[in-house]
Amino acid sequence: MATLTTDNLDERQALDNTWEDPAKRAPLVLGDKSFGEVTSAVTDIALKPVKQTSFGWFVGLAIAISLLGMLGTLILYLLLTGVGVWGNNQPVAWGFPIVNFVFWVGIGHAGTLISAILFLFRQNWRTGINRFAEAMTIFAVMCAGLFPGIHVGRAWLAYWLGPIPNQMAMWPNPRSPLLWDVFAVSTYATVSMLFWYMGMIPDLATLRDRAKDRPRQIIYGLLALGWTGSNRHWQRFEKAYMLLAALATPLVLSVHSVVSFDFATSQLPGWHTTIFPPYFVAGAIFGGFAMVLVLAIPARKWLKLEQIITKRHIDNCGKVMLATGMIVGYAYITEIFTAWYSAASFEQFAFKNRLNPASPLGWSFYVMFFCNVVVIQFLWFKPLRQNMMFLWFIAVLVNVGMWFERFVIIITSLVRDNVPSSWGAFVPTWVDYAMLVGSFGLFFTFFLLFCRFGPVVAIAEVKTVMPQAHAGHSKHKYDDVPASEGTADYRVPGGEESE
Amino acid sequence: MTATTTQTETAADRATQPDAQPYAVLAEFEDVDSLLHAAMAVRDRGFTRWDCHTPFPVHHLNGAMGMRPTRLPWLVLGAGITGALAGIGFQLYTMATTIGGLPSPLQGYEMIISGKPYMSGPAYVPITFELTILLAALTAFGGMLLLNRLPWLYNPVFKSQRFKRATDDRFFVVIRGDDPVYEGDKTIEMLKGLDAVSVETVED
Repeated sequence: MATLTTDNLDERQALDNTWEDPAKRAPLVLGDKSFGEVTSAVTDIALKPVKQTSFGWFVGLAIAISLLGMLGTLILYLLLTGVGVWGNNQPVAWGFPIVNFVFWVGIGHAGTLISAILFLFRQNWRTGINRFAEAMTIFAVMCAGLFPGIHVGRAWLAYWLGPIPNQMAMWPNPRSPLLWDVFAVSTYATVSMLFWYMGMIPDLATLRDRAKDRPRQIIYGLLALGWTGSNRHWQRFEKAYMLLAALATPLVLSVHSVVSFDFATSQLPGWHTTIFPPYFVAGAIFGGFAMVLVLAIPARKWLKLEQIITKRHIDNCGKVMLATGMIVGYAYITEIFTAWYSAASFEQFAFKNRLNPASPLGWSFYVMFFCNVVVIQFLWFKPLRQNMMFLWFIAVLVNVGMWFERFVIIITSLVRDNVPSSWGAFVPTWVDYAMLVGSFGLFFTFFLLFCRFGPVVAIAEVKTVMPQAHAGHSKHKYDDVPASEGTADYRVPGGEESE
Repeated sequence: MTATTTQTETAADRATQPDAQPYAVLAEFEDVDSLLHAAMAVRDRGFTRWDCHTPFPVHHLNGAMGMRPTRLPWLVLGAGITGALAGIGFQLYTMATTIGGLPSPLQGYEMIISGKPYMSGPAYVPITFELTILLAALTAFGGMLLLNRLPWLYNPVFKSQRFKRATDDRFFVVIRGDDPVYEGDKTIEMLKGLDAVSVETVED
């Protein structure tokens, strides 16, 4: 190809930033945009008058709200009738509600991973998708928090979960992983919310300053807390953001570890394994990135953000999904190997039962393995990773697979435990299925509202990764503003003035 | 007004003068380099009550403004330690002590659960850890707002239409009228000389 010279690499990268040049960083914002164009690209979505909203969005919101309504009705039905409306039984006391809980809380991991861990690792490409992923985290954790709350049976007594002094003189038991879970998930929800909202404050101020109508000016104005972009504020803001990232990094790893302790510290064959914490964390990130892709691929097209959430961002998510998926696949195989190698007959039986397609629910292991391990092997190939339709389809399958992973772990282990006399069967009811579907209604209602009225991209952060955000890229040149980054010392420009 | 302001003059004195100083002078800059250049110039002239307003955190601007590091990390450290002590203290109190004379809902008790000792160190780690993170994170957020004196919904600079671009694509140097080194027109001329694309004053 004659055009493949180094001369036009800049142009090539400006159009397709998945093109690799080892000598330089690929641009993260395409189309040679100015700061103002980035602002408009994001704020125009939120500030468009309601009358001009696309019809498709209303259809999506109508479906989501209907499902949310169904979920609400079913919760009412559950509370009035009792947990017997579910397929939960003895021995499968943790049926769909806990499967759904672990599924949603897992999805909620990608947002904080992208915003915290990739921030600490200086992965600047995170700026395009972090807001998006953080919003996804909040809404997923809301769905996750719902299920254990109603699974306790008498949901009006859910406050017993917390360490609240009461007339029974009874404290929750901090030696139990179930209480660890209460602390871990509620801390995670709080910290994710803080991180999300704090990062949004400057962008809400941008929306406030660009809003033309009074209601938006007031609402965004209140939410922006009077942010003026003051550098004295930015200094503390950046420090607080860095500290939150540093705090959220061990937190995100701990939350799914703690969720896995619910299983790992019990005596049940199939649950009682030390591999669970890292395996659950990898699975959570895997499933979370799959959800990011499921949402980001259509959203970047519909919201016309292809030059900010570029192909390179999507490609990177695909790579993370492949890497974490390989860890998950490795964990599946290690579990089987360990069961065999342990020579513990109950553990061996649990896995024989799980792997036997003829056993009840035996098929579920193969659904999980196919979706989570086999399908993702396509992601080794760049053309497939960059085919948006194909990648979206794989991400959907991964979400299905990750739901089945929790199903396999929880249900197949509980159905047949140590003593054959206590074996049982599990048949989900229509309420189980409808609540799972309804939780997507809860998730998408909030997500669609956020996509329409919120700053879907971290505007201020995206600007910091553009070339003109750094000294030496402007039309003005000054001797005391050196272009070289890192070496510049702005503390003594031209000598301190003697005073 | 061109009269030199002395440091002893108070806001009350100024309010009584007919030609009181403006709340602030706003100088607008087009790009990062001219902002950094201007910030250093303003800093080196000894201004203290001034600020830069930018749409995103500008690298090196803290140094160019001569700002000192924030105290926030120390607050967060303190909160983290408090959280850790609260976590371990709560668990030890409820599970490993029986202090008499308290109302029964508040009393701790010694109870053996699954054969673990009263002081089950490893079992108490997760909650201690979570409370450490929770308090530290709340303090990082709350401390940032508190030290920045936010929320503060009214700000005279919002009166400027140009200032709306401070959250979009322009960079502002804002010198307060009550700065001891503020000299009215001379200060305005200085800012114009620093390649500001516009300079305006706002009243409170």
